[in-house]
Amino acid sequence: MKRPTRTVLWLQSGGCGGCTMSMMCAENPGLFATLENFGLDFLWHPSLSEESGTEVVDILNDIITGKRTLDILCFEGSVLRGPNGTGKFHILAGTDRPMLDWLRLIAPLANYVVAVGTCATYGGITAAGNNPTDATGLQYDGRNEGGALGAAFRSRSGLPVVNIAGCPTHPNWVSETLMLLSEDALALSDLDTLRRPRFYADHLVHHGCSRNEYYEYKASAESLSEIGCMMENLGCVGTQAHGDCNTRAWNGEGSCTRGGYPCINCTAPEFEEPGRMFTETPKVGGIPVGLPTDMPKAWFIALASLSKAATPARLRQNATADHIIAPPADRNTNLK
Amino acid sequence: MNEETRRIIAGPFNRVEGDLEIRLDINGSAVRAAYVNSPLFRGFEQILEGKDPRDALTIVPRICGICSVSQSMAAAHALAAAEGIAPPPNGERIAAIIHAAENIADHLTHFHIFFMADFARAIYAGESWYGMASEQFRAKNGSSVQDAMNARASLLHIMGLLAGKWPHTLSVQPGGATKAPDQRDRVRLLAIIRQFKDWIEKSIFAAPVERILAIDSLESLRAYHAEAPQHGSLRLFLTICDTLELGSMGLGPKRFMSYGAYPMDGRHLLPPGIWLNGKIMPVDTGLIAEDLTSAWMNGETAHPFEGRTLPDETMANGYSWCKAPRMAGQTVEVGAFARMLIADHPLAQGLLQDGAANVRARVVGRLFEIASTVLAMEQWAADIVPGEPAMVHGRIPQSAKVEGLTEAARGSLGHWLVVEKGRIASYQIIAPTTWNFSPRDQAGTPGPVEQALRGAPVRHGEETPVSVQHIVRSFDPCMVCTVH
Ligand code: SF4
Ligand code: SF4
Repeated sequence: MKRPTRTVLWLQSGGCGGCTMSMMCAENPGLFATLENFGLDFLWHPSLSEESGTEVVDILNDIITGKRTLDILCFEGSVLRGPNGTGKFHILAGTDRPMLDWLRLIAPLANYVVAVGTCATYGGITAAGNNPTDATGLQYDGRNEGGALGAAFRSRSGLPVVNIAGCPTHPNWVSETLMLLSEDALALSDLDTLRRPRFYADHLVHHGCSRNEYYEYKASAESLSEIGCMMENLGCVGTQAHGDCNTRAWNGEGSCTRGGYPCINCTAPEFEEPGRMFTETPKVGGIPVGLPTDMPKAWFIALASLSKAATPARLRQNATADHIIAPPADRNTNLK
Repeated sequence: MNEETRRIIAGPFNRVEGDLEIRLDINGSAVRAAYVNSPLFRGFEQILEGKDPRDALTIVPRICGICSVSQSMAAAHALAAAEGIAPPPNGERIAAIIHAAENIADHLTHFHIFFMADFARAIYAGESWYGMASEQFRAKNGSSVQDAMNARASLLHIMGLLAGKWPHTLSVQPGGATKAPDQRDRVRLLAIIRQFKDWIEKSIFAAPVERILAIDSLESLRAYHAEAPQHGSLRLFLTICDTLELGSMGLGPKRFMSYGAYPMDGRHLLPPGIWLNGKIMPVDTGLIAEDLTSAWMNGETAHPFEGRTLPDETMANGYSWCKAPRMAGQTVEVGAFARMLIADHPLAQGLLQDGAANVRARVVGRLFEIASTVLAMEQWAADIVPGEPAMVHGRIPQSAKVEGLTEAARGSLGHWLVVEKGRIASYQIIAPTTWNFSPRDQAGTPGPVEQALRGAPVRHGEETPVSVQHIVRSFDPCMVCTVH
């Protein structure tokens, strides 16, 4: 079967390039095989293409003048509006023109516009602190719709910007979105309320977390590198963070929580400014303030105190150790 | 500018990390002067101000997606100095393995994806090696390019195992690393490292790693090359070097620096030092100052403890967001070749051209570093003691003035942190590419790359001369780090 070719242009602005570096870790199949098999043709990608200098500017101009059609625009990194709305904090090299302007010229010409990474979706880490460059996402500025392209923006297909949030994005979040777009198989209903593809955003990081047993019994780690649940003391928000990080491995078999540190909710708008230290849970009267979203607070407190009372000694001991010191007992369960 | 001089603006410069523009004044068939511009500024140093110092561990890796662990290491070293703690042996080993995996992955990416693709360009169609180069290194679908991507992904399983994910891990901490490895982690690590070693022996070197590390002079490098010129991508590169004279192209300053990397049991695998006229001296970071003459920045030349980052796009003399760091007022070159020279590798002297690094030296330096680092990683993994802790805990003091130094793949990376009232009062970063791609200073001295581009040959009708691309990419620039 001959697959129709879809052209992809990839631009980078106020980010770290990490979403691309992550995407290059795609496996089984690798990135290039995926592109090939789904008919995705990179007109230009800053890290992967041969073209440099004037050759690149020619490609951009061909798109603008209609000489080449653009199916998918991928934009990585936040859009820098500063200083004073000029966009001069990022002039696209060789063009004397801010990336802000290039984006606004090219985005309406693409069939789909994809924001790759939390910088491009919501502003991300570049918008942290006093946001010195006035960084924003393509269609969101933090939690608010708008951003560089405006709330009303729709690409040629009629879709708003597709937000592959994550800092960085998992390689498969990106490749699967591109695969779906290559088949025109991503509709508005496949995006969640923050326009993230639901195939990964309808999961919580908590799902499949290897520390679930500790969570159940509120057996908590007290400092980093201990293997108990990190929600109570170490700022972990895996119970609220949208992502399939613990059911879909990173780099073979990893995830943040498996690496021994808390989920900081990097797929969410404004994750960069949690209003507290990243690795500490703020508490009021000894109770963590950020409780699981879909559970009434009173219930949670009641259940937590119950489960705390019932915590097996094994879990209590292991929770504050950096490896298993009390293994599960070996019993003949008689379960046949 | 006289009659025959023309000016071209080369950019966007592809296959480098981040955005890069170079202004070239060309006279006849050679570059007369080059001006390097980093046209993207994000302001991380301001973002960090006022935060809890420990939050730096979440923020600084996001300066750069290609050397994010190096940024974490520099921050962790600075915080460790503030807290007065040092990692336990397991912690040192885990942190070094995570860091080394990233550095090797960077060298791999650079060689296969960023650098070699230029030799598959149509302009070289007449060369004897062109068939091989384009079959293996054509952008996107060259056979070695695909192969290297897969090898890189497998190598980075180390990150899944020890660091949770890559880039942007929080596992690297002042007191070590968050993952205390067990027995199974140790052997799994060895499995990943040994598989990778097998791959580089087959693909890059077409020889055992030990054979590569025994090469101690230009003569023995030539002998290795002549043995089987068709085998292995290092030999292909050496063939190309001979025809294009890459060994005398892109000469940088005759001064080199390394902050040292992979501290282990009280010493570094890659030692720190300054190389000046064949002598190796200790690094005195007190002599570092950043000059703002050609940067769109307000302020005076200052040591990073005193420096500020106040962007001002109206600066008349500015042509880059990059500051110009100088060591005792002078430019220095940093990177894998600098480390090789400072480690006193016998081949390094032979690769110098008139006392300076060049395109060949920089690339050979990286490939040799892959070989030696893999061997060290294997040893570190073998030495892990399951059950022993991987980190210790410290306390952030109310005030501190500390530095964190390390080596990223591209060279020396330093963080300078001032803590007041328990918060970050100032955080200044000098990245490797800030050294190499710095603009002119007060004295008008060009930065290392600006200097290396002088005299680059320009072929008839070229818009972005291919020699300029070789020279620029031989430094493996990372522009997102440069201006952070
Ligand atoms: S979202 Fe994160 S990983 Fe991606 S470009 Fe931004 S900082 Fe880098
Ligand atoms: S576990 Fe949390 S912080 Fe880590 S990648 Fe997933 S969503 Fe981001």
